[in-house]
Amino acid sequence: MSRAPLPYTQKVLDLFRNPKNLGKIKDATVTAVAGNPACGDMITFYLKINDQEIIEKASFESYGCAANIATASIVTEMAKGLSLESAWKDVTWKKVTEEVGGLPSVKFHCGVLAVGAVKRAIRKYYEQKGSAPSWLPQELTFEEKQALEEEELAKTLSKRLKVAEEK
Amino acid sequence: MVENVKALLKAHEGIKREVYLDNENSSMVHKDVVDAMLPYYNQRAYGNPTLTHKPGWEAFETIMESSQKISKFLGSKVLEEITLTPGETEANNLALMGAAFANKHKGKKILTSEIEPINVLYVTDLLQKFGFTTTKIPVDGEGFLNLEKLKEVADKETVLASIAMVNNEIGTIQPVKEALDIIKDKNPETLFHTDASDAYGRISLNMQDLKVDLATISSYKILGPRGIGALYVKEGVNVDKILEGQIGTQKLWPGVENTPLIVGFAKASELAFQDFEANVNRMRMLRDKLVDGIFRKLSGVEINGPKDDKRVPDNANISFLRCEGEALTIELSLRGVYVSSGSACSRRLLQPSHVLVAIGRKFSEAHGSILMKTTRYHTEEDITYVLEVIPSAVGRIRGIVGSTGVD
Repeated sequence: MSRAPLPYTQKVLDLFRNPKNLGKIKDATVTAVAGNPACGDMITFYLKINDQEIIEKASFESYGCAANIATASIVTEMAKGLSLESAWKDVTWKKVTEEVGGLPSVKFHCGVLAVGAVKRAIRKYYEQKGSAPSWLPQELTFEEKQALEEEELAKTLSKRLKVAEEK
Repeated sequence: MVENVKALLKAHEGIKREVYLDNENSSMVHKDVVDAMLPYYNQRAYGNPTLTHKPGWEAFETIMESSQKISKFLGSKVLEEITLTPGETEANNLALMGAAFANKHKGKKILTSEIEPINVLYVTDLLQKFGFTTTKIPVDGEGFLNLEKLKEVADKETVLASIAMVNNEIGTIQPVKEALDIIKDKNPETLFHTDASDAYGRISLNMQDLKVDLATISSYKILGPRGIGALYVKEGVNVDKILEGQIGTQKLWPGVENTPLIVGFAKASELAFQDFEANVNRMRMLRDKLVDGIFRKLSGVEINGPKDDKRVPDNANISFLRCEGEALTIELSLRGVYVSSGSACSRRLLQPSHVLVAIGRKFSEAHGSILMKTTRYHTEEDITYVLEVIPSAVGRIRGIVGSTGVD
């Protein structure tokens, strides 16, 4: 398995050392998980959303590498104070990558997963509510699909492992 | 990208102590070795050993004497049995490709194990394109080769087998002699290669007793310089060159010999083998202190590989559960402790170390694995420091994980 050099940016290192918005929100309105421990890449987001559908508080927990921790942390920073509509539209993986000063290409998927997780949380909020706004597309976005794909990959790998064990 | 690294390095300023335990992936070269090498850059023997002038003859003499030392430590009696290569990767490529191509008329089947180094497994993949097939023998939960399975698959068609004497990640000492007997019983013509890089300087290794046909050793694995290794090829075994060019003193490897590196390799070998018992006991004492200390101080830890004397004395491989390995290597680095992980996150693909997967580790266990190797140059104070740092580093990473990913 080949390795790639990982020259993380100062911003990634700072967020890794002192993550912002780390830990559970006890009275979170919505919680969403993306990724899988089998991939070594998993995030939980906690969002506290008020009646005006503004994200009052956002926090995370992360089982993952430094890039995973940093991108999850920056997503909570970016989403905080935004309306759900703006969070949906403006928090993109490209912006997340920019905000952390860039990522090694093998780590792009970390930013994608973080955004996938926050989009899941927003979708879940409207599912719980029982009605969806017109700006929320029915079809899954790129980031949500990627999160699914990573989870599927983890399942496939785990299955393969089980088959190997049984042999 | 280089600017980023500068900031990363700056973040390490003010570290109290530094302990390098990543001797699997590269090593510090001891001053005694460097001092032995330096004169060969500009004072003597800087000539090409095949040319007819004093610096050339000096180089010839130096290379032959260095080779002789290495061959003696391997228990080889014939100097020509040693081919110096630019490292373990090149020696393994030469062993597998060279032996397969030179003996292809004898069979097209190659046997290896699921936990061989990737510079063996990838070469067997490549050889498939030339009509060879590979069977990877499974291993048990501690990494020991399934000899029953080996007995089933070894046959007259088997041209070559490659089984490392010691696994580089989990330190399992393989029953190479038994494996060799099984294979030679089925077909005395089958060539047997062992990557002995992690055995050389750690366990007894004698080509006369072992009777393998080919064996790889590497300089940096015994704290010599990088960029030099050797392949032992038993007298009479046919191996093709895999690179073309000007041949000098090394019949199987073209190009101008790197005399200072060869001198460094020989010197590092001398240092590893003088007081061999004392060196090995010291590695083991420090490794045991490290592992025992981690188990005493932390819960949710598991050892990967054997626990007894079937494990090589310098290797410690531990999974820290609920702790992602790459994050932990960075956290430890910021505190001056340098280790590596079998986590997928430190690799290009999302799959963790193939060795940990092969011994049946769950992915979540493999992602939290940390590999450390002690050397005779570490001190007890070094290990005490590591044991102070690891629990707080693991605690911080586990704090970020929270309840995410807990089964």
